[in-house]
Amino acid sequence: MTSTVGSTTDITPQGIREVSYAVADDGYGHLAEMRVDPIGLFERVRAECGEIGRFRLADKDVVLVSGAEANEQFFRAPDSTLDQAAAYPFMTPIFGKGVVFDASPEERQQMLKNQALRGDMMRGHATTIENEINRMVADWGDEGEIDLLDWFAELTIYTTSSCLIGKPFRDELDSSFAHYYHELEQGTDAIAYVDPYADIESFHRRDAAREKLVELVQGIIDRRKVRGKVPKEDRDLLDVLISIDMTADYITGIFISMMFAGHHTSSGTASWALIELMRNPDAMATVVAELDELYADGSEVSFQALRSIPQLEAALKETLRLHPPLIILMRVVQEEIELAGHLIAPGTVVAASPRVSNRIAEDFPEPESFDPGRYLDPRQEDLQNRWTWIPFGAGKHRCVGNAFAMMQMKAIFSVILRDYQFEMAQPPEAYADDVSKMVIQLQQPCRVRYRRRVK
Amino acid sequence: MKVVADLDLCQGHQMCQGEAPDVFGFDEDADVVVVLQEHPDQSVRPQVRAAVQYCPAMALAMTDEE
Repeated sequence: MTSTVGSTTDITPQGIREVSYAVADDGYGHLAEMRVDPIGLFERVRAECGEIGRFRLADKDVVLVSGAEANEQFFRAPDSTLDQAAAYPFMTPIFGKGVVFDASPEERQQMLKNQALRGDMMRGHATTIENEINRMVADWGDEGEIDLLDWFAELTIYTTSSCLIGKPFRDELDSSFAHYYHELEQGTDAIAYVDPYADIESFHRRDAAREKLVELVQGIIDRRKVRGKVPKEDRDLLDVLISIDMTADYITGIFISMMFAGHHTSSGTASWALIELMRNPDAMATVVAELDELYADGSEVSFQALRSIPQLEAALKETLRLHPPLIILMRVVQEEIELAGHLIAPGTVVAASPRVSNRIAEDFPEPESFDPGRYLDPRQEDLQNRWTWIPFGAGKHRCVGNAFAMMQMKAIFSVILRDYQFEMAQPPEAYADDVSKMVIQLQQPCRVRYRRRVK
Repeated sequence: MKVVADLDLCQGHQMCQGEAPDVFGFDEDADVVVVLQEHPDQSVRPQVRAAVQYCPAMALAMTDEE
């Protein structure tokens, strides 16, 4: 196909304008740009086409909406109209065949009632998370340096596995699990829209990593079988799945999918929150002062993390606004739907972009600046802009783990900012995301120095 | 003050019941919030505000209208 850089936009049968090309079309439309600068692509859709525009991903049209009105139509659409699973072909090789991508809203609600994310389970999770952080900082000493990606990715493997699967399972894990898990997340190149099993290195590593994870889980299963039955209170989810004769491959797939939503998202958010606080010393001072006062009476992190910590929460929300872990949320149209005045045909991929919507200047004045004050009274820019402040998505599919995630962040920062102070080990602007995969991760190096606080 | 719940958005987390139990109830069959008091007393304003703020589904709102 000929290069179409700088070509004029054209209108589809559905009357939606196509965005221009910043990277030459190599036969797969905007895929080439999606693999190097997806944020630039999504921003240009809004800049050139307005609240509804379109780009090409291999043989598919992707209709991207932004702004409160179109986002609300997108997020309110029922599952029968917009399907999630088909929109993320890069997840199938990671979860494994037959493992569901996401539960229906009804199933999610059921899970919420019965399982790990239930409100009354949070107290236990807060304690678990505090213990995991303490384990991770136990060998820190008085000062040193960490790599944010490695450190938070490992911590959040332990917290998510312990809270969602169970402590006995978590206690079988070491950093190798986090390492292989990271390789899975790296195996999310958008080329999956052409072929999820394309012959590229990151996909080979993804598949090898999944096999290693199955081996690790098989080893744990074998040890459980040798050990024999344990009293009910010592069982975790793995024991339950073994008892119904699931294979290691299938169990691993379930665990990968359970942990997926909570892992890279929490890890990235914790990293960016620390970076933004270091870049903004006033905000850091405000948060540290708030925490010092809160914990002055020696109260427990597991207690406070479940309660209001307004300045810290505001800093976390502002981090999420600027650095949403997912920059695009996609669905496949099942039944014709109207978005921003256009009828969209079944089979079309439609999408909303947290990265774009979270920075709409009309809703978030000075959108590029880190300003936790946005969330304090009377501004409350998150509540005022429910359809454009969307780091957790919105509507029925709004991240079901968001309360857990916020609690986890509050616990992490309560511990690390109480005991340590941090400084950047590289220029402030040198911290950046690697956006070459659908799962965005911090680019390495992303090093930070810590020093124990003197009180 | 008027309290509104968007039942299309409610995911049944039941956090609001913890914040303001007199204002928010729960429909066990439908798995959604029930607003027990549409116009609660000003004295529970902080609790209602917390419920709105911490609703994991962003399904609640409060307005100043009567």
